[in-house]
Amino acid sequence: MRLKLLALGLALVIAAPAAVTAAQAEDGIYIPLMSYRTGPYSGAGIAIFNGMHDYLNMLNARDGGVGGVRLIVEECETGYDTKKGVECYDATKGKHPVVSTPYSTGITLQLIPKASVDKIPVLSMAYGLSASADGNDFPWVFNPPATYWDGASAFIRHIADVEGGFAKLKGKTIGLVHLDAPYGKEPIPLLQALAKDYGFTLKLYPVPGAQMQNQTSLWLDVRRDRPDWIFMQGWGAMNPTALKEAIKVSFPMDHFIGNWWAGGEDDVRPAGPEAKGYSALGFSGVGQNYPAIHDILKYVVDKGNTQTPKEKVGEVLYNRGVMNAVLIVEAIRGAQRLTGKKQVTGEDVRRGLETLNITEARWKELGLPDFAAPIHLSCADHNGHNGIYLARWDGTKWSKASGWIEPIKDKVLPLIDSAANSYVSANAGWPKRSEACDKSS
Amino acid sequence: MLYREVGQYKSSYAADMAVFPILQDRIGIAVILVIAYVVFPLIGNDFLLNTILIPFLIFSLAAIGLNLLTGYTGLLSLGTGAFMGVGAYACLKLTTIFPHVNILIWVLVSGLFSSAVGVLFGLPSLRIKGFYLAVATLAAQFFLEWCFIRIPWLYNYSVSGAIEVPLRTFMGVPMTGPTATSLTRYLAVLTIVVVLTWVASNIVHGRIGRMWMSVRDMDLAAELIGIRLFRTKLLAFAVSSFYCGVAGAMMVFLWYGGAEAEVFAIDQSFLILFMVIIGGLGTLIGSFFGSALIYILPIGLRLIPGNFGVPIRPAAAEQLTFVIVGALIIVFLVVEPNGLARLWQIGKQKLRVWPFPY
Amino acid sequence: MHVLYLIFVDPFMQMVHSPDLLMQTLWDGLVGGVLYALIALGFVLIFKASGVFNFAQGIMVVFAALTLVGLHEHGVPAFVALGLTVLVMLVLAFGVERLMLRPLVNQSEIILFMATFGLTYFLIGFGQLVFGGNPKVMIAQDLYLPSGAIEWKGHFGFVSFQKIDIAAVIIASIMVAVLAVFFQRTRIGRALRAVADSHQAALSVGISLEQIWVIVWFAAGVVALTTGIMWGARSEVSFSLQVIALKALPVLILGGFTSIPGAIVGGLIIGIGEKLGEFYWGPLLGGGIENWLAYVIALGFLIFRPQGLFGEKIIERI
Repeated sequence: MRLKLLALGLALVIAAPAAVTAAQAEDGIYIPLMSYRTGPYSGAGIAIFNGMHDYLNMLNARDGGVGGVRLIVEECETGYDTKKGVECYDATKGKHPVVSTPYSTGITLQLIPKASVDKIPVLSMAYGLSASADGNDFPWVFNPPATYWDGASAFIRHIADVEGGFAKLKGKTIGLVHLDAPYGKEPIPLLQALAKDYGFTLKLYPVPGAQMQNQTSLWLDVRRDRPDWIFMQGWGAMNPTALKEAIKVSFPMDHFIGNWWAGGEDDVRPAGPEAKGYSALGFSGVGQNYPAIHDILKYVVDKGNTQTPKEKVGEVLYNRGVMNAVLIVEAIRGAQRLTGKKQVTGEDVRRGLETLNITEARWKELGLPDFAAPIHLSCADHNGHNGIYLARWDGTKWSKASGWIEPIKDKVLPLIDSAANSYVSANAGWPKRSEACDKSS
Repeated sequence: MLYREVGQYKSSYAADMAVFPILQDRIGIAVILVIAYVVFPLIGNDFLLNTILIPFLIFSLAAIGLNLLTGYTGLLSLGTGAFMGVGAYACLKLTTIFPHVNILIWVLVSGLFSSAVGVLFGLPSLRIKGFYLAVATLAAQFFLEWCFIRIPWLYNYSVSGAIEVPLRTFMGVPMTGPTATSLTRYLAVLTIVVVLTWVASNIVHGRIGRMWMSVRDMDLAAELIGIRLFRTKLLAFAVSSFYCGVAGAMMVFLWYGGAEAEVFAIDQSFLILFMVIIGGLGTLIGSFFGSALIYILPIGLRLIPGNFGVPIRPAAAEQLTFVIVGALIIVFLVVEPNGLARLWQIGKQKLRVWPFPY
Repeated sequence: MHVLYLIFVDPFMQMVHSPDLLMQTLWDGLVGGVLYALIALGFVLIFKASGVFNFAQGIMVVFAALTLVGLHEHGVPAFVALGLTVLVMLVLAFGVERLMLRPLVNQSEIILFMATFGLTYFLIGFGQLVFGGNPKVMIAQDLYLPSGAIEWKGHFGFVSFQKIDIAAVIIASIMVAVLAVFFQRTRIGRALRAVADSHQAALSVGISLEQIWVIVWFAAGVVALTTGIMWGARSEVSFSLQVIALKALPVLILGGFTSIPGAIVGGLIIGIGEKLGEFYWGPLLGGGIENWLAYVIALGFLIFRPQGLFGEKIIERI
């Protein structure tokens, strides 16, 4: 009996996915969010997806959607696992999503080749493949507002400002503490090129994935080498550990700068007041002090239609989620304008993204004045290489500590070009761009 | 009534020792092959082919590989993920250097590289046994993982640091790369898995398989009856790593179409070990059962809330999936420690006397 | 020639030239080693008494720390939360014994090993379901754990001793001492050693296997909690902490699966060895070698002593 039941149960569970029903078309624009609220990196994922979820739902509650069409927001949990990400993509593909937001480098790499085949644009906001900033080679992939190379170059521009000009960088030692994975190693070629140009020495401090919370020896190396500045391309549990270890070797916090995945509240909170002066790059504003965020509080959070605790609204990563949602929505608006249709498809949204132009005035209209630098995309440039700012940790909260810092574009763009070329040549048979180019609005 | 061997006479030793001595078994295999080759391609959508069947077949092959080592020879290994990685990176290098040779040939050849690495890390197995050996294979896992990240030559110096799969065609049909359809990739994977399973089944039923099993059951006794332990164990490492290497190459080239070193991390090794143990140590069919259960079960569980309208947040569903899978693993081990393959055998036995059980 | 110089001469020159860095490395290695030893101790306790290679030790570390911090977040005072967490670990030990070990009695080692994987999955899902998946800050201050550092300055530089590290070493030492006394001097301890020697013989003289199992799993749970607090205070409490447990595996094969002193000595050798190796020889390979270096060190010892430094001698009979 037990055997029969067991066998029956097994058969049922294994047969279930085979019986996956075709999704019935609902009226509305379908936006799947590939979230990671579980797994080792859930700390960042929860905040980001709360932000995206809340902004999109706020639009549904306040405006009844975008252009009169409701947004259907559905989360699919990936746990930051590439396998599950691809599974999510295949599972949601049938419901005609207008955009995919893979939110992990691994998943993004999987989706890039599929995007043009399935006609679903990939919007990887400041992560994924830097080379995909090249719109001629990657018509279906968008990664505004900045690439990791832009980030690293903005860091160099910032320290040049502090030191008193690029000429002063000569002879300095700059350390890169990075996750020993493709993501972490990405800034290396750019920093090496800049080191050659400006005459500073670059020291690398790799942190293997399994050693994220065990970095003692690396920081002993830092103590031995005494670099003048440290840039951290960090992720997850690596960040708080690095901060604690930096405090241990008494590395000056104001010379320690993280990229935008090392600048969330959870990254610095364990080190607390001792990490005062640490700063990190960012591209979306902090705090609740924006009309649109007030609307989120009013229409979504106060009504209880969210998982976000009130005090977490306005945190760095939450706002990054909001910004990602804004980019999606603006692209949908652009698509509606270009096509005249209300119910747009992935192909239309691709055109919308390509003509994306959020000026300072537009940010204000959206209720997010000075929330992010103006973003302007074109057919050739799918990134924009926009301004980045520096947020500083004052021991209890992040606050904006600089104006918009321009990336060193003349150094970044050639790298993007050569990277895109090498991607295309490595992927022999990469389709040539056949998509027409729309006039920017 | 239907499934019995009464009246099937064997007139030669070869027939008696055949892998499928019973006619009904042969019919069953034929039906499964027809379903796999004809029915699935006809009815299958991308989700079925790409998300369920291709990974299922690839994991089955990797599980067969580990089963040859752990189930048949009794050597516990936790380095499967890394050996799969060796296959994938070898395949990338081979197809980059010789782009005109058919990719499927390279997928198979890359297994040989994995074999060589496997033998190298299998060397300590003569002295080290049991869990000590398992932990020693972790050295291979971590060292190779480090190599995949640190040696840019392995991933062709690509800026993304990932394996980028180029387009390769076979008689004009794209086999790998973005334009390859899931159907062609599925058929390629299916063919390789069927052929290699057939080879594996012949190995384990023959002299080599018997040598392995005697080493597993008691290596000292095996040595006394004249089996050279060292060679036998290394052969097991070589064959097992070959299967894992081919599975790894297929995983990247015919399923993912591009991957970071991360997919060959230690989790992958554990996953394959799950499949082997849940499926049944020392059985080939168990590798398929285990792969189906461990890989497809969570997908099924995840689909339940969406399809049956259970109001549960995706994150909570994912966490529940973990709880349920964890509990199910324990339940299965309690109910049937010999794995699903044993259930299958019991089922067959029952079928044999059906409908008149005694 | 230059390569040989870099490998065989330069590191030692560096050690002589800056003794402060050498001392710092040794100290950090010692602290790391003690913490590895603590995790390894959890493994050894369970392996000795029940022959289970407990893969779930890593997740038990996370789960214990998460329970502590999670309870505190819900407004439970720190020390009450500590008490409750100990209670939770006891319940877990009972649960494991009842639902996992007892039905699986007399199964082969690999099946039991597999079952602890199931436990790992279960605890990952359960922990997230109850306490949420976001990383949490260890409540070190509320538990009166010290922070800050003592700096020791000599004429050649300085060595900094983190107070939390000192506390970790002291607490770990006390813990090991208590466990040692417990297992050497008490009735239960003697029963445990009897079980470790032979299940059948122990049963025949009236020792309850079930009781012993609960006790060792509970002890391993308490050890996990201690490790979780210490390691959580060094970084944060999140699910990525479970990979730390993998660092205990080379310690185990070095020290032997069945030896408590082995776990401690092994921990120290691995801790200090990997720090020295990474710091002085790591840069030659571009750094980040610590992760596999520990295994290579252990493997080196294993070739000469296949049962680990302190493991029981393997006697094979037909």
